[in-house]
Amino acid sequence: MRNLLLQGLLQSALTETPPAADDAALAELAKSVDRAARRRLGRSLSIREVDAGSCNGCELEIHALGNAFYDLERFGLRFVASPRHADVLMVTGPVTKNMRQALERTYAATPDPKWVVAVGDCAFDGGLFAGSYAVAGGVSAIVPVDLHIRGCPPNPTALLKGLLALLEKTA
Amino acid sequence: MTFVAALEDKGRHVAGHRPWPRIVVDTDTWRQAVLGIAAGQATLLGLWSDGEAVHLCLSGETSGKLLVISLPCPDKRFPSVAQTHPPALRLERTIRDLYGIEPEGCPDARRWLDHGRWGLRHPLGAAEAAEPAGDTYAFHTAEGPPLHQIPVGPVHAGIIEPGHFRFHANGETVVRLEERLGYVHKGIDHLMAGAPRDRAAKLAGRTSGDSTVAYALGFAQAVEAALDLAPSARAVWLRALMAELERLANHFGDIGAICNDASFSLMHAHCSILREHVLRVSETCFGHRLMMDRIVPGGVATDLSKDGIAAIRTLIRTARRRFPRLVELYDNTASLQNRTVTTGILKPDLARQYGAGGVIGRASGRSWDARKLPGYAPYTSMVFDIPRRDQGDVDARVWIRIEEVRQSLTLIDQILDRTPEGSILTEAGAASRGKGEGLALVEGFRGDILVWVRLNANGTIARCHLRDPSWLQWPLLEAAIEGNIVADFPICNKSFNCSYSGHDL
Repeated sequence: MRNLLLQGLLQSALTETPPAADDAALAELAKSVDRAARRRLGRSLSIREVDAGSCNGCELEIHALGNAFYDLERFGLRFVASPRHADVLMVTGPVTKNMRQALERTYAATPDPKWVVAVGDCAFDGGLFAGSYAVAGGVSAIVPVDLHIRGCPPNPTALLKGLLALLEKTA
Repeated sequence: MTFVAALEDKGRHVAGHRPWPRIVVDTDTWRQAVLGIAAGQATLLGLWSDGEAVHLCLSGETSGKLLVISLPCPDKRFPSVAQTHPPALRLERTIRDLYGIEPEGCPDARRWLDHGRWGLRHPLGAAEAAEPAGDTYAFHTAEGPPLHQIPVGPVHAGIIEPGHFRFHANGETVVRLEERLGYVHKGIDHLMAGAPRDRAAKLAGRTSGDSTVAYALGFAQAVEAALDLAPSARAVWLRALMAELERLANHFGDIGAICNDASFSLMHAHCSILREHVLRVSETCFGHRLMMDRIVPGGVATDLSKDGIAAIRTLIRTARRRFPRLVELYDNTASLQNRTVTTGILKPDLARQYGAGGVIGRASGRSWDARKLPGYAPYTSMVFDIPRRDQGDVDARVWIRIEEVRQSLTLIDQILDRTPEGSILTEAGAASRGKGEGLALVEGFRGDILVWVRLNANGTIARCHLRDPSWLQWPLLEAAIEGNIVADFPICNKSFNCSYSGHDL
């Protein structure tokens, strides 16, 4: 273990330079983020991830945000265990009818001010699963969405660009 | 004559079902088959319906020969399998939910995937409107003065999929765990019916995103069997390459995540780096980090370039240099071993009864791997070992993953050396006309995925059933956690790493 820790100190960091905030995301967010909220939150946002029906592909890439290359926490962004602690709900998947109530309750449990980020093509409009008897639709069919990050799944860089846009607008 | 071979003579063979036979049987033969499975003469691989009949896939434990037996259900009922063989329970509750076909004598009357929120009952059978108010669910109980219940989910604390766990605990000790799943049911069977093949392939690849390559491979093999189409020789090898990259990425991720659940984040950090390397190389080679939609019936959609080969060689070298240090770290950290050794033991008897595949089965005494048995190209011509352990604890499941990483690295070496040149796609062309049925069993990182497909005359999908390995693994988690402390549930759960989406369909 000592060797590994020592190497960690001696090697240069793997962490990459952050990408620029996504322009489209900035435009979408301009509508929903006001100045008062920005003052209140400073440069820090707590994110609660909710899988509302995804295939788990989006979860894999959201997980990757925490690895040494993307290191999400350096931006003041972190994932929290409860919606009660969250400023942002990050929702994946077409919202299944079996998850609809759980998503509504999670949204209700998140204190204001709050933002909803819908991640992935399914979260946008149901994606491939739209039209199924078991699917309620995209996330915006259930709760108001402030930002969509598209992709199947969006890669970590795309996720970072979207989240940095959110940070720019809120902080 | 083996049990499965003898059974094969007792029914009417269905023409055009490949590569293994499907026979239509009467109720007596159905019961005989179930008794044989319950007695351990064969393993249950799947149980599903197409609305007209119920189909049961079984295999001999040593022969690797698969057989599908079908029982027509004109009056919407069939003799329960779970009554005699409990592993079938959730599968047949699902048949009842989706098709309204009643498993007579089924020991559990509760709905499974149907939570009473779809606005209709039996969506794939004679659908009838129903108020989407949500059903109450009567969890099994454990009673006594010191016991208390802990409800967990469907929304969990981590970045994971949704499901509900109901614990009955005596202080810290779990007395009973019951799972309630189905939250991410998307209606994949329904969306498959009538879908064109390209759309169906995408759906199959999104049944469980972490196994997208394995699902796409299983789907492609099943469709090729139905069409009696041979995929391009080069593609067969490239598919195996993708499958092994997927296995590597997931095993690296899981080994790290299991250690993370024991609060040993150093392993997690290093394993995540290796995982990220694999995903980046996958993108370089095939244009997508998870390699979604790269395997299609007939071959593959993306060829491997010279740059790609170089990138993979570098990846293999890096992994061979770094991974052994991490293995050593795992092996020599007593505080970590303290959490994994003797935790969450799955007994070999149960693993065998449930036909548990993948890491879970191989950590509990089963040497079963679909790449070897029944086996499929190109694995049949490659040299690799199937690791096995008998302890059945979290530690054994970590070590199986470690061994499988080593095997995958060896396999990738062989694939790079032996992949032939040539086209990457065999067009279905004229072969795409004509009905057919295909079956495939492929080994994903989680275990064996069963895919059954029936094609329409115009080449579209009539029915497709995808059975995730998790169907037969989730129930075993309930058994493995018994007597462990509540705080060890996350590490046990992660060591199983069953799919919610793959199970919920």
